[in-house]
Amino acid sequence: MSFIPVLIGTVAFAILAPVIGCFLAGLDRKISARMQGRVGPPLLQPYYDVRKLIEKDDVTVSGVDGVYMTAALVFTAFAGGIFFSGGNLLMSAFVITMAALFFIMAAYSSRSPYAEVGAGREAIQVMSYEPMVLLMAVCFYLASGSFMVADVFRGSVPVICYTVPAFIGFLFILTIKLRKSPFDLSTSHHAHQELVRGTTTEMSGKTLAKTEVMHWCETVLFLGWTGMFFLWGNPVSILLAIVVALLAWFLEIWIDNNFARVKWQAMLKWAWVVALVAGGVNIVVLMGFMF
Amino acid sequence: MGFASKSPWVIHYDASSCNGCDIEVLAALCPGFDVERFGIINTGNPKHADIFLVTGSVNDRNISVVKQIYDQMVEPKVVVACGTCACSGGIFHDCYNVLGGVDKAIPVDVYAPGCAVRPEAIIDGVVQALGILEEKSKALKESKRRA
Ligand code: SF4
Repeated sequence: MSFIPVLIGTVAFAILAPVIGCFLAGLDRKISARMQGRVGPPLLQPYYDVRKLIEKDDVTVSGVDGVYMTAALVFTAFAGGIFFSGGNLLMSAFVITMAALFFIMAAYSSRSPYAEVGAGREAIQVMSYEPMVLLMAVCFYLASGSFMVADVFRGSVPVICYTVPAFIGFLFILTIKLRKSPFDLSTSHHAHQELVRGTTTEMSGKTLAKTEVMHWCETVLFLGWTGMFFLWGNPVSILLAIVVALLAWFLEIWIDNNFARVKWQAMLKWAWVVALVAGGVNIVVLMGFMF
Repeated sequence: MGFASKSPWVIHYDASSCNGCDIEVLAALCPGFDVERFGIINTGNPKHADIFLVTGSVNDRNISVVKQIYDQMVEPKVVVACGTCACSGGIFHDCYNVLGGVDKAIPVDVYAPGCAVRPEAIIDGVVQALGILEEKSKALKESKRRA
């Protein structure tokens, strides 16, 4: 992995991902509202929200949560840069987990009971999805012969041809990674849950704006991972990947609107069962092919 | 128009309402009125909220809670008293434990009367509050620039 493409990718991601992510978040709000029989806010509502948060007064409980969130943002941009510059998928997965850890630290730093519960749950969410992410990366390696994302363009068929179970498993944990209901345990956008804001309880103004922007970037990165399965040597496949990513986003919105929050025990259990079955079976079959 | 009035997030607190006004506040969020059209979200967290909707009168028990929530909100912020009880104490005004309207505890910007307050009146009150929010936001920016 050379450094220059990653650096360029990171800068490009840091500029473009918030724009695309903001648009996706607006689409989410709009489609959710329509699913509930409402008109919903304007498409640019998430942008207005963040601009307003930036204009708010600076108030902080711990004094360091803003710094942690900045670190989380930087690592998110870095993970996106690695992925979209065609770098190492495993590295991208590790770096985005680093961002999640900084997010957890930011929540813990306030010492507020609600934020601590949220941070604990966020940690359990990381624990739930991480096995499947790793197995997904391993399956990707076995199917394409490399951890480098750019190498998918060398293939004659898309990676999905060998990794259907792993892809389904990945879609399952995607809901956890995007913190959508039924797995919005640590923080929720809907004020009808037993713990509403959780991790972001004590954050306000600019710090809260940073969490919003981080979620936008995460969305773009994870949908990028989703699309990656459908890429091969043909440039048209990029279009297919975008369509699949958008379909996955619609599926997530639909799931978000139709399922009630589960307990963390159920989330952890099912995420691991899915990881072991979908990922495990996929790896065994692919290994069988190799020998 | 600035961004403050384009994304008003509210927090709703039931001081000692009979629940009549509370239900109307929630009705405003439902499909019939759908205030999310204007970017309004019910946050459930004072640190995230711009507009404080209070229903019911204050008494010795909840006055500290009302003050707490108000203090935790980040400037610029506005308060809307929803319902006659929140405005003045309403039919409970001469109860032995009732201190009076919400303005006995915190500064109120907009009074939305009604028993129970109609969702239209709440929306009207919030729209008025947005104008005040906008002014406060400008004042905050001014003071930041000067500082
Ligand atoms: S104004 Fe009327 S409906 Fe509202 S809280 Fe008071 S008594 Fe109940």
